[in-house]
Amino acid sequence: MKTSALTAAKLVAARDLRLAFRKPSQLLQPLLFFMIVATLFPLTLTPELSRLRDAAPGVLWIGALLSSLLALEFLFRDDAVDGTLEQFALSGQSLTWMLFAKTCTHWLLTGLPLALSAPLAALALGVPVQALVSMIAALALGSFALSLVGAICAGLTLGARRGGVLLSLLTLPLSVPILVFGSDATRHAIAGTEIAGPMYMLGAIAVLGVTLAPLAAAAAVRIGLE
Amino acid sequence: MNWTWFHRFGSAPYMYGFAQRWAPWFGGVAALLMLIALYGGLVLAPLDYQQKDAYRIVYVHAPSATLSLMIYTTMAIAAAVGLIWRMKVAHAAAAASAPIGAWFTVATLITGSLWGKPMWGTYWAWDPRLTSELILLFLYLGYMGLRAAIEDPQKADKASAVLAIVGVVNIPIIKYSVNWWNSLHQPATRLLGKADMVWSMVWPLLVMFLAFMLFYGAVLLIRLRAELLRRERGASWVREVLS
Repeated sequence: MKTSALTAAKLVAARDLRLAFRKPSQLLQPLLFFMIVATLFPLTLTPELSRLRDAAPGVLWIGALLSSLLALEFLFRDDAVDGTLEQFALSGQSLTWMLFAKTCTHWLLTGLPLALSAPLAALALGVPVQALVSMIAALALGSFALSLVGAICAGLTLGARRGGVLLSLLTLPLSVPILVFGSDATRHAIAGTEIAGPMYMLGAIAVLGVTLAPLAAAAAVRIGLE
Repeated sequence: MNWTWFHRFGSAPYMYGFAQRWAPWFGGVAALLMLIALYGGLVLAPLDYQQKDAYRIVYVHAPSATLSLMIYTTMAIAAAVGLIWRMKVAHAAAAASAPIGAWFTVATLITGSLWGKPMWGTYWAWDPRLTSELILLFLYLGYMGLRAAIEDPQKADKASAVLAIVGVVNIPIIKYSVNWWNSLHQPATRLLGKADMVWSMVWPLLVMFLAFMLFYGAVLLIRLRAELLRRERGASWVREVLS
């Protein structure tokens, strides 16, 4: 009996989760990185809370972007090196679905924990407590969109040697819209005003990403494997 | 209608000869039109009531900006054609277009900041139009970087083609940024119909647009020849052409 695409995707996701939890140190690294980046701003900018609060959206989003970039390198690389991706491509299952599952798992393991732990950094930067829930929502949605865009670029750099810097070079320009609306939502949340506008835009970007990014990522990975 | 004549453009030797024949014509007409437009824009066009002589940089700035967007779109279309129909010449055209587009983007940013200083009192502002144009430059650089990083030329063609297509989502954002966000940058000027400018200001601009497009055509054809020679260096037609 042929396994359905959805079952295959679920199996891939379960496998990735199991693998990730066998190496918890790798899971903690992006989080730790995010916390350290957030710590560096009060040290370099100003220790004054009122001024840090103005800088907080930028600090949080740049931190999130950098740590998601850091984690992105591991999205396909290990599986490409040991031939797992090649098996995926040859399995006759939809590569698009499998890569989508991988991307979602990747977000569950990096983006979501980051969004959930961001309040710690945010409080230290003087963000008011009532802004935290909206901030988590914006970061969760935005990091999901970032993972989707990143998956395309990670696929594209599979064929390149020393893809690390190149991966950032490709991902950063494409992530600008996410960054603009994400930080806008956080700014509104801190100011206590309506965040619906930028959140709708983030949602639209995420929907566009869900629709198109897995297809582009699958095309990119296939090129990389040739 | 019979479209087989079009298929010849997919052949590298034919395209090489075509580029050789047509590049001087494109370049010559572009130079001629540029001179006419410069005379019209710098000498014949009247002073602007608000910006005085400073507005005249529009004759370089606006066509550069249009071309920077148009070349990216062209590049993405060529890349898509190359990816879908496996046309090597289309990939070569996309590869040859990228540096030209990047330079037009640089020209847009430089002329824009030179214009910004007398008008806004600053060379640079973090305004949506300016920022998105800067990001366009990064997109071009990323495209060229990816192409340079992958050693297998066919893989480089395909991977950079996917990137070019993905990057197209940014083009409408740049194009409509001045209409969507109220910003420092002035909104798009209406040139035809209920025009914002007098005709003596408009016609040099239109001629300049045409001149810039032909100039792009000329440089593209020259770069395409070099690109085809480099790619097909082992082929027999190259030996025949060069001997």
